[in-house]
Amino acid sequence: MTIETKIDPRGTPLVEMRDISISFGGIRAVDHVSIDLFPGEVVGLLGHNGAGKSTLIKCLSGAYHADAGDIFINGEQAVINNPRDARGYNIETIYQTLALADNLDAASNLFLGRELVTPMGFVDDGAMEAETRKIMARLNPNFRKFKVPVAALSGGQRQSVAIARAVYFNARILIMDEPTAALGPHETQMVAELIQELKREGLGIFLIEHDIHAVMKLCDRAVVMKNGARVGTVNVAEVTDDDILGMIILGKKPPQAV
Amino acid sequence: MTDVASPHTDPEQKRGLFETLEIDTRLLGMIGAFILICLAFTWYTDGRFLSARNIFNLTIQTVSVAIMATGMVFVIVMRHIDLSVGALLALCSAVMGLLQVRILPQYGIPLGSPLIAPIAMAAGILTGAAVGALNGWLVGYQGVPAFIVTLGGLLIWRNVGWYLTSGQTLGPLDPTFLKFGGSEGTLGVTLSWIIGALAAAAAVWAVWRARQVKERHEFPVKPIGAEVALSVVIAASILGFVYFLNSYLIPDARLKRMFEARGEVMPEGYTEGFGLPISVVVVIVVAIVMTIIALRTRFGRYIFAAGGNPDAAELSGINTRWLTVKVFALMGILCGLSAVIAQARLQNHTNDLGTLDELRVIAAAVIGGTALSGGVGTIYGAILGALIMQSLQSGMAMVGAEAPFQNIVVGVVLALAVWLDIQYRKRTGALK
Ligand SMILES: Nc1ncnc2c1ncn2[C@@H]1O[C@H](COP(=O)(O)OP(=O)(O)OP(=O)(O)O)[C@@H](O)[C@H]1O
Ligand SMILES: [Mg+2]
Repeated sequence: MTIETKIDPRGTPLVEMRDISISFGGIRAVDHVSIDLFPGEVVGLLGHNGAGKSTLIKCLSGAYHADAGDIFINGEQAVINNPRDARGYNIETIYQTLALADNLDAASNLFLGRELVTPMGFVDDGAMEAETRKIMARLNPNFRKFKVPVAALSGGQRQSVAIARAVYFNARILIMDEPTAALGPHETQMVAELIQELKREGLGIFLIEHDIHAVMKLCDRAVVMKNGARVGTVNVAEVTDDDILGMIILGKKPPQAV
Repeated sequence: MTDVASPHTDPEQKRGLFETLEIDTRLLGMIGAFILICLAFTWYTDGRFLSARNIFNLTIQTVSVAIMATGMVFVIVMRHIDLSVGALLALCSAVMGLLQVRILPQYGIPLGSPLIAPIAMAAGILTGAAVGALNGWLVGYQGVPAFIVTLGGLLIWRNVGWYLTSGQTLGPLDPTFLKFGGSEGTLGVTLSWIIGALAAAAAVWAVWRARQVKERHEFPVKPIGAEVALSVVIAASILGFVYFLNSYLIPDARLKRMFEARGEVMPEGYTEGFGLPISVVVVIVVAIVMTIIALRTRFGRYIFAAGGNPDAAELSGINTRWLTVKVFALMGILCGLSAVIAQARLQNHTNDLGTLDELRVIAAAVIGGTALSGGVGTIYGAILGALIMQSLQSGMAMVGAEAPFQNIVVGVVLALAVWLDIQYRKRTGALK
């Protein structure tokens, strides 16, 4: 274990995951990985398929419980046993699988678990649809299918719903697991702008992304994982995309990395 | 290139007539099938099938299965199954029978006491809730498949009831309790008309309120003519149903007895209709409450979400295990309620009460469009499903079909209904 005693000029990290490990059966999916995230920062998480990226962030979003390691939010130890706990820390997640209930419409999915209710305590579908129309107008103005189950949507439209759900609730920490995998170029561009806007608002964002150009454009730092372990962390401004590719493919750490 | 929606490809422009009017084509199909069945039997029986007497009997025979079918919708929507409902009904009935016939009279609460019916019913329903919760705990928290848990329950609970009662038939029951059975407890003509009128008014009000909500949020609304037509059809159906039940006359001998009991003499030529049976009022209330739960509460929303995608529900912070316990407990409560009605209708507790009900209840839910793959189902569908099955059964009995043939037809209808449902979904591409 490396003990980092140096005091960061940026202050207390928004998130610090220390020495996280988790196994499935015999497979070490995440092996003693430490990462951190500061307010207004986008940290890219890279690595080959099956490197352990999704598994690592699922420990933060409450989907998994790490076998070992600690999570600190704003410098205080956080207990995250389930997704409800994570939401309590203002952590929102766009899962790689999108985690949508296919039989429900966009508004029901967007507010799932946090429904708007009338004074009598009944779910207020009208209000939820109105809110959904507002946020979708911002994220994907071509989106019209408010009345149908999300099973009837295209992959990109479904992804828009998942993104809308994550940004609607004023997250402080946003986890995006390949958020643009199914999006067209225009929609991808809009998500990129959204990320930059949220960054300006001071959110911390973990972005899992395979497109190296997107990483170079959007991220401040990049963490590369290989076979469950962290290869290294680099400041994106200090390296070339070839350096990062070398880390991903060969596990080769450039001199600038920590 | 981005797909800038041109007017020709805008999906909202291509909506069909039914879609614009938001008519539920599946509901329409089921009602059509039901009307066809009724017409066919009416023709075969020279009108006897549509007689007031038969409509009355058909309705009270459907109640017990219909109540449980509404709960089964939730269970199946969550991708589970409950094979133990008939057995649980028998256990709840045994508990209520024992309390009325043996236990409560010993503690100074005899038959006819105002306390005995409420206590017996509460105990029966609590028994249902407890066993249901146990099922839900085994399924939700212990991960035992619902099929296995409730298959065990199918073998266990009826026989626990048998053990408690030593297999004896228990009777006579409390007179207040008996009022929940059907013909023993009806509301009379005037009260039935009042309730019918109120129900029609409430239904029309609901239609208009839904429209207002849409207008408030500036969502598209149906043409006003369609709303008026819909309101008229709903109100007419409710009042027509009440008319049928009111026109079934109480037999003379029984009327005479009722007058004698009050110390009066029945005037010559006096007639009186039964009106709405209390049991039918119960099933209507259950249907309304369950529909509100399904569509308007978080609990209902989570049931459908968990059925559509259990992982997504869990990741959205829904405690799906606890949800499973609640859904099975609700199923148990409805079994207890059905036990009240089934026992009162039979006027006894017998150990074989509700035998094979699990199959009827599941069939009713499935005929009503509940998909065994989860996430899809409606309360009104299940009730219509129960009604369709009961019509088939009693229609065929009227025509004089033999029992094995009756079962064959019901079985074929079940398979046919599911096949049609799959075709329907393929064509519309809809999950709903
Ligand atoms: N629920 C699970 N049960 C068993 N093994 C799992 C589970 N989830 C992940 N794994 C394993 O853990 C390893 C890491 O998977 P993970 O999904 O985190 O990869 P990833 O880096 O997100 O890959 P990708 O780029 O393909 O999304 C893989 O070997 C995978 O098979
Ligand atoms: Mg992944």
